[in-house]
Amino acid sequence: MREPVIQVDHLTYTYPNGFEALHDVSFTIEKNDFVAIIGQNGAGKSTLLKNLVGLHKPTQGNIIVDGVNTREISVARLSTKVGFVLQNPDRQLFADSVEEEIRFGPQNLKLDKAEIDARVEHAMEQTGLIRLRREFPMALSAGDRAKVVIASVIAMQPEIIILDEPTTGQDRRGCAQIMDIAKEFQRRGHTVIVVTHAMSLVAEYADRVIVMCKGRRILDGPTAEVFAQEEKLKESFVLPPQVTRLARAMSAVLPVDHTILSTQELSGCIAARVQANQM
Amino acid sequence: MDEIILDVFDASFRYPNAPAYSLKHINFQVRKGEFLVIMGENGAGKTTLCKMLSGIIPHSQEGVYFGDVTICGLNSKEHTLPELCQHIGIVLDDPESQIFTTEVLDEVAFGAENLEIPTDEIQRNADWALQVVRMAGYEEKDPTRLSGGQKQRVAIASALTMQPEILILDEPTSQLDPIGTIEVFQVVRELKEKYNMTIIMVTHKSEEIAQFADRVLVLHEGEVLAMDTPQRIFRNKEIVDKAWLAVPQVSMVAVELEQSGIPLDAFPVRLEEGVEVFSALLQETEARI
Repeated sequence: MREPVIQVDHLTYTYPNGFEALHDVSFTIEKNDFVAIIGQNGAGKSTLLKNLVGLHKPTQGNIIVDGVNTREISVARLSTKVGFVLQNPDRQLFADSVEEEIRFGPQNLKLDKAEIDARVEHAMEQTGLIRLRREFPMALSAGDRAKVVIASVIAMQPEIIILDEPTTGQDRRGCAQIMDIAKEFQRRGHTVIVVTHAMSLVAEYADRVIVMCKGRRILDGPTAEVFAQEEKLKESFVLPPQVTRLARAMSAVLPVDHTILSTQELSGCIAARVQANQM
Repeated sequence: MDEIILDVFDASFRYPNAPAYSLKHINFQVRKGEFLVIMGENGAGKTTLCKMLSGIIPHSQEGVYFGDVTICGLNSKEHTLPELCQHIGIVLDDPESQIFTTEVLDEVAFGAENLEIPTDEIQRNADWALQVVRMAGYEEKDPTRLSGGQKQRVAIASALTMQPEILILDEPTSQLDPIGTIEVFQVVRELKEKYNMTIIMVTHKSEEIAQFADRVLVLHEGEVLAMDTPQRIFRNKEIVDKAWLAVPQVSMVAVELEQSGIPLDAFPVRLEEGVEVFSALLQETEARI
């Protein structure tokens, strides 16, 4: 049993206008997990994230992050435990250079200079930004701008990083680069939570998937198990990745005993069958 | 089907103070009723091209502009933006920047009101537009409080209410859930088939492109790298690699099989084509035993 880093306990969140965005949601996220939260627009995903980082406090229920109740800690203190990358990263950019942008967070933690320098270097190295350190952030490509925001969050050295639709509007290269950075963060022992509509990326990177629908958690489990439930996913306007649907549609001619999540898996199965038949 | 509704002739554009041109000698034509997708990596010039096709360049974006863009027979240089707006609608990639009223219905009706369309017609169009983007029932809601995907759909409804002949959509589904994405593409197909509307859409969503688009224009470093059917574009490895195009997973499976020395009779780009091609391959090898 691994150590829980986030415990959401009977969370209900109602906006001041009376709209109940989350209803009695409970789950635990364990240290070093890579969790994707998926579901239709308006399902409550962003509201959930804002509760996890303390921007919203539960109307009912509790959230314990790294042993601390979010009601009992300031957003600033909580941000040293949970880093949050917003849906539109451009809104987080304001400095004149990439390096300054990344330096801003650790500087506010009043760390000594050597520690700040080390964190900034580490964050730039982890995100491949060293060659761009003197560039003006807003002049960078969309992919590089997103990386700057992720680097500035990593420099805070949070235990957990939360990314809200990090690949929106990114091309294929940008998507892969951003998700690879998140994966590397997990490899270094941290916990990653990502909200996304890109199901092929969920299949490729996430270990566990939580499906939200109308403010409730309707599915939760290992990625392959969740993507096996196509009908249930439709309730929240989600489809499994195309390759998963393709494999299922071919099950009469190519029976496979598990849920296919990648193109390599499917082409491997087809190739193995073709070669076995040719023997 | 062959009437040319949009003609771009040797068009180039450079932003003020930018060292290089964002678009270089662009030439292409779009037929009436066509659904054209613009693909390309970040920074390839896709959004700049949308601004050029809609008259924002040269009218409200400063910079150096050469060439000619003819929209429904009107050269964009010689006609004002309000004149061009009678024919062409555009939805930008940041829906937030387009929202400024306090009720969804006002938001959706605003553009059409400025075009002096009769009020009852605006009401009918707005109802229809909200219906097609699955936002009926939200008429009185505050648009600023909607989720990203809902804002995106309101922005599309605003453009639809004006019933333009040409509709330009810059990444209209980037924040939408998978089924919401398919629905927007279905709406686009309906606009094309029922109303003969011409649609130009910037998107990276290759699976829907393969399913719905007539042609794909690939931009690379400000130039047109290719313009062809989705089938021919996704099959062309050189173009796919050079422009970092996302390719449908069904096509990826085909590429991987060919790379491992298994030739295929056809190159699938849609799910049902994949089922057919790969099933036939398996049945054929089985029959040989």
